[in-house]
Amino acid sequence: MGLETFQYKTLVQFDWIWVILAAPLLGALINGSLVLIASRRKTVFAPTLYATLACGAAVLSFVAAWFTFLHFKALPEGSVLTQELFDWIEAGPFHVRMSFELDALSMTMAVFITFVSGLIHLYSIGYMKDDPGFGRFFTYLNLFLFSMLVLVMAENLLVLFLGWEGVGFCSYLLIGFWFDDEAKANAGKKAIIVNRIGDAGFLAGLLVIFTLAGTFNFNDLQLGKHAFSEWSATLICLCFFFGAAGKSAQIPLYIWLPDAMAGPTPVSALIHAATMVTAGVYLIARLNFLYVLAPWASTIVAVIGCLTALLGATLALSQNDIKKVLAYSTISQLGFMFLGVGVSAYESGIFHLITHGFFKACLFLAAGSVIHSLKGEQDIRKMGGLLKHIPMTSVSFLLGWMAITGILPFCGGFNSKDEILWKALSTPNPVIPFLSQLLYFTALFTAFLTAYYMTRLVVLVFFGEYRGEKDLYEHLHESPKIMTLPVLLLAIGSLFSGWIGMPEAIGGGNTLGKFLQPIFHLSTVESTNVSSKMEPLLMALSWLIAMLGVGVAWYVYGLKHKISPMLLKLIPGGQKALEKKYYVDELYDILVVRMVKGFANWISDRLVEQILINRIVEGLVQGAALLAHWTRKTQRGLVRFYLAYVVAGAALLIYLILH
Amino acid sequence: MELLYPITPTHYLVLSAVLFGIGVTGVLSRKNIFISLMSLELMLNAVNLSFVTFSRINGDITGHVIVLFVVAIAAAEACVGLAIVIALYRLKETVDLDLFQSLKD
Repeated sequence: MGLETFQYKTLVQFDWIWVILAAPLLGALINGSLVLIASRRKTVFAPTLYATLACGAAVLSFVAAWFTFLHFKALPEGSVLTQELFDWIEAGPFHVRMSFELDALSMTMAVFITFVSGLIHLYSIGYMKDDPGFGRFFTYLNLFLFSMLVLVMAENLLVLFLGWEGVGFCSYLLIGFWFDDEAKANAGKKAIIVNRIGDAGFLAGLLVIFTLAGTFNFNDLQLGKHAFSEWSATLICLCFFFGAAGKSAQIPLYIWLPDAMAGPTPVSALIHAATMVTAGVYLIARLNFLYVLAPWASTIVAVIGCLTALLGATLALSQNDIKKVLAYSTISQLGFMFLGVGVSAYESGIFHLITHGFFKACLFLAAGSVIHSLKGEQDIRKMGGLLKHIPMTSVSFLLGWMAITGILPFCGGFNSKDEILWKALSTPNPVIPFLSQLLYFTALFTAFLTAYYMTRLVVLVFFGEYRGEKDLYEHLHESPKIMTLPVLLLAIGSLFSGWIGMPEAIGGGNTLGKFLQPIFHLSTVESTNVSSKMEPLLMALSWLIAMLGVGVAWYVYGLKHKISPMLLKLIPGGQKALEKKYYVDELYDILVVRMVKGFANWISDRLVEQILINRIVEGLVQGAALLAHWTRKTQRGLVRFYLAYVVAGAALLIYLILH
Repeated sequence: MELLYPITPTHYLVLSAVLFGIGVTGVLSRKNIFISLMSLELMLNAVNLSFVTFSRINGDITGHVIVLFVVAIAAAEACVGLAIVIALYRLKETVDLDLFQSLKD
């Protein structure tokens, strides 16, 4: 890995970066104030007001991001846009500025986030139409957008952490949006608690970096990266990966994501498909210069990513709730992204991030549309044959399905997933031989499973016979345009998003890869394992595997009309294990939750109540009373004694003065 | 006339100190209010003596002036003190200081 000279970026001051951030922040503040005022005065503002403000803010943010992007492209290569807002922390030599820097990676993320976010804001107008918490919802959405943008545009780790925490918090607010239902509120709590556990890792990483390098600034860290030994880099990378695992639902901290489906569907689309869960991948891509120094850490990232992909895919096979299938699918696809960045294929990870954002958001929103049409039904065993009745939603969902399975060559997820598979196989692993092949075949199998469970979902929901309640079927109709149009747009986008990374092996331009190259070129590893002539062949192989998955699922669910996965009956206890999600939640309950609860109870009941209050505080009280009893004896009430004290004091004073 | 033992201003100062001490003792240890007040007057006069002596020592008239002030103030204070004694007597029918213990809790 040649780490000769760091190509110094040209920092170009751009004074309009703040607009991208200020729009959603102001939207959140104004909407939030309106919500508070409305609740104080016991009135209700028109939903149009909230919607206009929030969507206006989101759209404005996108427009600003787009113009910034055009400005960025017009500059010579190697320039980055920066804007410093103010000095945040100044404590002697420790100096942290609130400043933002847009290089190719941040720019890509910002445009992508604002675009998808804008569409989801529009969708939410229709989805949350009759909800009494309408204004509150849009406040949280805008706040979330703001935090996410702070995260991706940060110039140093501390500002990134600010956004990191912000998205976690907004995720809690949004998942537990309907908090009157205890289960939903608990889902929100679970999300933020698991996130916080990851954040402990993030903080540990921050501390180590600061101790060793004294700065949080990405530019400074990259310039001085020779200061990190392999072991310190490994430690830092593992700490940050733990944080990323919490945020992006990897093993062992993925358990919050399926529960998070308790939130409204636009929330699932925005946070758990397109943006927040991608923050972990972004972090690792950002810190690529550290991961390159720590091959063990990268290996661990790749292995965990691969295992998580497999775990997510297997769990998605047996879910009967449409949103839960998509949730486990997200976990699985995120695993793919981590596999990509774990084998130092950072552009591939980011590419898959973008394509996944499009098709997963499309799938979630379309699913929300389906649920909306069925008046809240989410069980796919009670669906079927919906294609004829809700055509626009169905077509969008099918386009998303084609994107995720990758059966349409070169469209949607085909390119991105393929790139990750290719890089996993062809990048030799410096610490474990044969790991590349192992990762490749596991990931290939996971791709098969992906095609299988997605096709199962599609067949059970949109084709065949309707299996639900009759009166729902009679009233089945398409959702309003404000919901179906964004979904369609996302569907089309998800297909075309594959085109920005056309592989060079077949003569494509790989626009995205070239665009992101200045950021990652020092961290790219040579793919020497397999001759590059094999690439088109492997592409064909993965296409065949995907088609196989689709075919088998079509056969099982479409033709044979089976509803439960039959393969599992072969493994004893397998069905139960899948249903109970491999007993992971129960395991965590025994290992962690009971201990923590017991400890908390011990502190509150025994320590505070009995020992601290009863013994110590009351003991002090009794001591004071005893002291008072004895000193009271000097107060006899006779003026003579008081005078004596006065004289004694005066004499003492005079003595002191004269000496 | 020739004195065996010449009297210097120092003697006056010592006398003043002794008188002051007697006055303090009287104020602090007498049961009767009137004796206490009289001892207080004794203290003031002792101080007067000491001022006059210093005035003689320094050849200055300042001491005398201060004494005039003190005498006037002592008179006023004696009036006020006696008025308080009358009020106290009306309250408790006694001038025994040991019986006034309301300040005790």
